[in-house]
Amino acid sequence: MTALAALLAAGIPVGGHYPWPCAAVSETVWRDAATTLADGALTLLGLWGEPGRAHMALLEEPAAIAVVSLDCPDGHYPSVGAMHAPAIRLERAMRDLFGLIPEGLPDTRPWLDHGRWGEDMPPAASYPFLPAIGEALHQIPVGPVHAGIIEPGHFRFTAQGETVVRLEERLGYVHKGIEALLSDAQIARAERIVARTSGDSTVAYSLGFARAVEAALDITPPPRAVWLRAVMAELERLANHFGDFGAICNDASFAIVLAHCAVLRERVLRAASACFGHRLMMDRIVPGGVAVDLGAAGIARLRDLLPTLGDAFAPLVALYDKTASLLDRTVTTGILKPELARRFGAGGYVGRASGRNFDARKQPGYPPYDELRFDVPVLTDGDVNARVWIRVHEIRESLGLLEQLLTRLPDGPVLMSLENVSSGPGEGMALVEAFRGDLLVWLRIVEGRVQRCHLRDASWFQWPLLEAVIEGNIVADFPLCNKSFNCSYSGHDL
Amino acid sequence: MLKFLLQGLRAPLTEPPPALDAELAALAAALDRTARKRLGRGLAIRQVDAGSCNGCELEIHALNNAFHDLERFGLRFVASPRHADVLLVTGPVTKNMREALERTWNATPDPKWVVAVGDCGADGGVFAGSYAVVGGVSAVVPVDLVIRGCPPSPTQLLRGLLSLLTP
Repeated sequence: MTALAALLAAGIPVGGHYPWPCAAVSETVWRDAATTLADGALTLLGLWGEPGRAHMALLEEPAAIAVVSLDCPDGHYPSVGAMHAPAIRLERAMRDLFGLIPEGLPDTRPWLDHGRWGEDMPPAASYPFLPAIGEALHQIPVGPVHAGIIEPGHFRFTAQGETVVRLEERLGYVHKGIEALLSDAQIARAERIVARTSGDSTVAYSLGFARAVEAALDITPPPRAVWLRAVMAELERLANHFGDFGAICNDASFAIVLAHCAVLRERVLRAASACFGHRLMMDRIVPGGVAVDLGAAGIARLRDLLPTLGDAFAPLVALYDKTASLLDRTVTTGILKPELARRFGAGGYVGRASGRNFDARKQPGYPPYDELRFDVPVLTDGDVNARVWIRVHEIRESLGLLEQLLTRLPDGPVLMSLENVSSGPGEGMALVEAFRGDLLVWLRIVEGRVQRCHLRDASWFQWPLLEAVIEGNIVADFPLCNKSFNCSYSGHDL
Repeated sequence: MLKFLLQGLRAPLTEPPPALDAELAALAAALDRTARKRLGRGLAIRQVDAGSCNGCELEIHALNNAFHDLERFGLRFVASPRHADVLLVTGPVTKNMREALERTWNATPDPKWVVAVGDCGADGGVFAGSYAVVGGVSAVVPVDLVIRGCPPSPTQLLRGLLSLLTP
């Protein structure tokens, strides 16, 4: 019996949980799951709470997924983070949001809660950062308001001269209470909030939410809608990867690449606006299908665009690869070791640049990608350069995917009504590949409303790794490392 | 290679500036003429994300691309509020960002303007009413101009910012 099957067999199956199984388990089995995670036999996909209950989503590679749930009526549960570091911030967030206490978690500091939600505000300076002890160390506090047009967060560097000895992140500044807003929300309202969890991944969030609702209600959207969703998802991936490729070069002061990539990104967004009516394609994917069809003119416009993008991108890649002063900044900078990427279940280009061959489009996979040809690039160097090259390869793969999608787009309706389908109760899950990695959505539908919804951005498992990769690098290389990760603040802070 | 790449960015990518609509022109007229005289036709902008989903930031970034070329109008983004004339604020100000926004505003020298960007910056958008959100930008600092949209397009942003320069 596999590790995951053994955990499920030791619990009581929970009915109405789709498409992957769920079992209610005892504290003993919960601890076994934590131990199995720490041993490396399982990967943590998600850990979330609701009043009186904790849930943990587990992956047994390559593609077996399950959830274990623990009732904790007294509000206490055995800490997973005490044994398996990737769970620590998730458990701190669960304590802040649901009052669930992780017994045995050494880090008792709050995470998303900065003490400002209620009437009584403790002083902002009361958050203790982890110490670094040694001679001639100095601290550099950065943020939450940064120098560029980026999201807010605080970085506390401890450096010796130019070299970073320790970086500690403090996040939560853009916490908007999204999961509370999603509790007992109408599906139509919930889909608009979910689409605004991380604007750069709005398509992926809407896709994950729609797939989770459809799983919970046991419905299948029309084939044309499924293919149009993939068209939007790949356009979103292209736009973001173009932007990142340019921005990483720009952080090494090589601005010409950003200038060109910004044009390519703009061309993608303009095509998206012409084809789907919104530059970021926000609110276009909904439970039951898509909100807008793609006409013949739109298909023609996209098919014209694809070779233009490919032709314009190739010389930029050649320029990157032939500019020694640029490579000097990216090669061997910010190395993420494959072992750490594997332990944290790092998704997206962060994981795939460090040997972790995981892409939710392949495993567990979802339509229409099972009918399409594409490769998942994997490198093992783990440095900024490798994360750049993963994006280059993925841009080429997305262009190829779009060509296939547009050529073979099925005919038919694009939206089914949710009026005559089940109104629950049911629990649904989805794992979809956003541009920065796998995004987990879990929700419960009761009487046609979202009773509880949890969203786990890929950033949750990438942010802690950024702290690890900067160690021993110089402060000036932090922007490069940070941009090569490009984690979401809003997607993480919720 | 570099020559080829540089040529690729010359005209005709850059587009003519958008026309101002009546509502924005009226807002612009309400601004202090004396202060504008002192600053000339250039504005330094400090962007502050006070809780956005980052959608607005993506479109603000797009103002710098070759199609929109913000700097030809004398508008440029600066790295510190101490260098800024304008704070461009996004997001339904979160309670966790409220103090940071207030401190950024206090660090910006007078005369200064605040532009609230996006439906969230206007009134909190879909996040209004949350325990973790204050509401629109005007609940925390005085706002001179609101540019709505979810997110506003670069053209809408450009139109709004130009209205600050053309009374």
